[in-house]
Amino acid sequence: MTTTSALGGAVKRREDPALIRGKGRFTDDVKAVGMLHAAFVRSPIANGTITRLDTGTAEGMPGVNAVYTIDDVRHLGPLLAQVPIGKLRPLLADGVVKHVGEAVAMVVAESPTQARDAADAVVVDYDAKPAIVDLKQAASDEVKIHDDLESNVIHTWSYHGYWDALGLESKQPEIEAAKQRDDVVVVSQEMVNQRLVPVAIEPRSVVAEWHDGYRRFSVTSSSQVPHALSGAISKMFGMAANAVNVVAPEVGGGFGAKLNVYADEILVCFASKDLDRPVKYTEGRREATGSTIQGRGWVATATIVGTHDGEILGYELEGLADMGAYTQNFTVAIPLLGLWVASGQYRFPTHFNIDCVVTNTMTTDAYRGAGRPETIYYIERIIDMYAREIGMDPLEVRRKNYWQPDEFPATMGCGFALDSGDYGGSVDALKEKAGYAELRQMQEAARAEGRLVGIGVSSYVEVCGFGPAVLAEIGFSWTSYGLPASFNGSGLVRVNPDGTATVIIGTGPSGQGHQTSWAQIVSQGLGIPIEQITVRHGDTAESPMGIGTFGSRSIAVDGSATFEATERVRTKAATLAAHMLEASEADIVFADGGAHVAGSPDQRVEWAALAKAAYQAHTAPDGWESGLEAQVTWSPGNATWPFGTHLALVEVDRDTGHVSILKYVAADDCGNVVNPMIVDGQVHGGIAQGVGQALFEDAIYDSDGNMLTTSLMDYPIPTAGDLPTFELTRTTTPSPVNPMGVKGIGEAGTIGSAQTIVNAVVDALAPLGVKHIDMPLRPKRVWQAMQSAQG
Amino acid sequence: MYPRPFEYIAPTSVSEAVRELGNADFAKVMSGGMSLIPMMKLRLLSPELIVDIGRIEGLDQISDDGDTITIGALVRHDETAKSDLVPTALRTAAGWTGDRQVRSRGTTCGAVAHADISADQPSAVLALGATMIAEGPNGTREIAAEDCFVDVLTSALEPDEILTGIRISKNGGVSAYEKLGRRGGHTDYAVAGASAHVFMSDGHIASARVALTGVGTKPSLALGVMEALEGSDGSEASVAEAARRATEGVTVLEDLYGSVDYKSHLATVMVKRAVLAAIANG
Repeated sequence: MTTTSALGGAVKRREDPALIRGKGRFTDDVKAVGMLHAAFVRSPIANGTITRLDTGTAEGMPGVNAVYTIDDVRHLGPLLAQVPIGKLRPLLADGVVKHVGEAVAMVVAESPTQARDAADAVVVDYDAKPAIVDLKQAASDEVKIHDDLESNVIHTWSYHGYWDALGLESKQPEIEAAKQRDDVVVVSQEMVNQRLVPVAIEPRSVVAEWHDGYRRFSVTSSSQVPHALSGAISKMFGMAANAVNVVAPEVGGGFGAKLNVYADEILVCFASKDLDRPVKYTEGRREATGSTIQGRGWVATATIVGTHDGEILGYELEGLADMGAYTQNFTVAIPLLGLWVASGQYRFPTHFNIDCVVTNTMTTDAYRGAGRPETIYYIERIIDMYAREIGMDPLEVRRKNYWQPDEFPATMGCGFALDSGDYGGSVDALKEKAGYAELRQMQEAARAEGRLVGIGVSSYVEVCGFGPAVLAEIGFSWTSYGLPASFNGSGLVRVNPDGTATVIIGTGPSGQGHQTSWAQIVSQGLGIPIEQITVRHGDTAESPMGIGTFGSRSIAVDGSATFEATERVRTKAATLAAHMLEASEADIVFADGGAHVAGSPDQRVEWAALAKAAYQAHTAPDGWESGLEAQVTWSPGNATWPFGTHLALVEVDRDTGHVSILKYVAADDCGNVVNPMIVDGQVHGGIAQGVGQALFEDAIYDSDGNMLTTSLMDYPIPTAGDLPTFELTRTTTPSPVNPMGVKGIGEAGTIGSAQTIVNAVVDALAPLGVKHIDMPLRPKRVWQAMQSAQG
Repeated sequence: MYPRPFEYIAPTSVSEAVRELGNADFAKVMSGGMSLIPMMKLRLLSPELIVDIGRIEGLDQISDDGDTITIGALVRHDETAKSDLVPTALRTAAGWTGDRQVRSRGTTCGAVAHADISADQPSAVLALGATMIAEGPNGTREIAAEDCFVDVLTSALEPDEILTGIRISKNGGVSAYEKLGRRGGHTDYAVAGASAHVFMSDGHIASARVALTGVGTKPSLALGVMEALEGSDGSEASVAEAARRATEGVTVLEDLYGSVDYKSHLATVMVKRAVLAAIANG
């Protein structure tokens, strides 16, 4: 396969040679002339009052330029949030601390070591108060965490209450009535979806440069959302949007943690302006795990009511979601993302009630899947329990309750319409790929030998490609940072005078392969070889207004913009080619590095000649506007709704409780595919992170609010050695909401996988009477569950 | 993170290194640095002087001394794991230490001196009845394996002593190491593990040494198991019975990966597996 194969081709990632050889340029590689380094003094307690904050010794230490406290930056206000419900985070602790790791002071010095040494010399005395870490205790309001909040429960999300304009009514009476029927079973289980750390290989890093002569900021940041960061800086400093330029160079993973704007990003800007020197801050791994946002953290009860033959009559999810101490970017909105897919792929009435609860812990926000892995976990776990209760195959129970192919676009209980889907088709593809019937036979045989072998399945649907502009009506947008209310994507396609092309996009990758996929889109449209197409991103000074990569949105939104821009360039180029070849525009075909007349491949002009002509007015046709480029800003009318079904075969070691994954099969549908290899890679990484949640990962706080898992020694993430070879298959149901029919694949693997593993382990242990184990299924928990079940 | 300021020297002889250690208030020996450097970067440990022994000649070999072998202070985990001279238990433990990068840099002697309760190789040297050779200001001192591990992260080495080698007898016997790692597999720190060194005679176990990883407050011998195994037939049933005494006399430590109950149970599982694997290796 040549690299010129366009849409649908498994083109090797063009960005990888630089990254693999260590030649990528990341934020921490930036070394500006005269650059200073920041370090933070962080709270060692989870709740208390600052009784003394003495920076005197630190200020006198070698290399120290400044030590800042809240008194220096209070005028900037708290950190902005899109959904400003709850307590916004002060840039530095303002008299009180509310979680371990909260920044109390910032030291700026000539070297990172000097900054660290001085930070250690800042004296802070605290009057400690009891910490509230437990969600139920916090929700009880026995003790309030913030004096100026009425309750620790800062918001409640429900179907019937989240958007008045939709006029939705509660389904609870209908579900309650179903429960009273005498021909139904009711299955209910409280489950924990534990708090996780989004572990990016590259910790966050930011360099701010104030240009005093020009009164402007240049900022480099390891950010998923450079345009949003630029907006936040200009808003917080009261500057014009065009006086701030943000560059996100290579970004080594983000998983949602880097779609926040952080106080440290604002603070290094402040310090740079104050000292008129560039200032860098790069977090350490312990800061990355403890002071960068975390994800998940739900305790909820799922309840299903259904008939004995598998017809589900209603589903309820009620519980608590941990917000942490302070509200940041999308903190309070994360459960809303879960709400949209709370009913999964199913037609039955759903009741959803999640309280957002403040605790003395680090803020939670978007982590790969963001709300969707949580709600899909609950529904897919409880359906499994229901299937076991009525003795029906778990795939068949699911299939019986799916939206059917002829029902799309299907309007769900939450008011949104699923764009397209063939859920039974994905089950068929999975069963064939996995050899489902044979697996079940093998399981029976293994059980007869006394082995604990289980098969778990899970379906999922996710909402991505953010997003429809109408979401701004409920405050779901980036307007707090001064961005437009709609979630626009953008693409600029420019054919250069030498026949090469430059593509500049409003989004930017943190590992997703934009350099390759976007080149494929443009190569397909213009016939310019991929090698001659450069994709630029992440520099707000040159890229058209966009937002960034999150919520599996780039290909559906910025990809659509680029596709449309390519069409415009092609149309204009066809006019010129027709003029040069003395043919009709309608007959011009772009392929193999040039344009030719349909049916006459010899009547041809190479892109180099065509592009050169496009820039010289005297040889162009009458009325020709010199140059050859187009820019499109694109706003989606609906979100996209990828889906799929996963299967895992596991074996539990009876002696140790250790879970081995023997087989993992995934059938995913993300609409049309630009690059199947990149899609597979996204699914692989997604499954790995879901398996991480299912088996290993757990952000543990003790009852005093100390995080016990701040290093990767205590926060085990999966490695390749812990995972089986993933067996992937795909169905293709194009989305009708964008021109390429694409949906997005960044989060699907994560959303589909955690409960697949848990369902498999519970299936393995079912003969012992085990019904549920909370994640992570570390050997000690699995062993304990076996012990308890066996009395 | 950045360590606090420290001095660094790289002497070329053991005696010079010992002298430098003695001259400093708080010095640490560095061989591979795989545990020391992270602890310094986290500022959990801030020595004023690092004595890097990496340039001392003659410490990077596993020598065959006739009745014994000696693993020098600069022998990497990976070299221990691949050496035909090294008994199976220690080879296995070295091969399951850290990841590939750590194994090509860190040293067996360093891991033993560090005395991490969850590290693999201390229990192997304990089961193998190895002798630690320590060089100090008063010359060479030999420390029996059972005297080497004192407490959590504490060995019997004095601050001005260097563990220059580990001597292991070639007295026969069969050995094995088993573990359950934190992510379930064999790599990563052990939740619990066990090393066994068994001497078979006429189809019976003449004697056995069994040691635990990750269970107690230090790498410990499972003395009850050793007693029970002596003279037994080595059958699965007899080994399982003996393994039930795995934590006898051991203070079991709870951590994020195991309660006292679970770790105690796991100790019996690992002991049984290690002893049976050792017998099978013979």
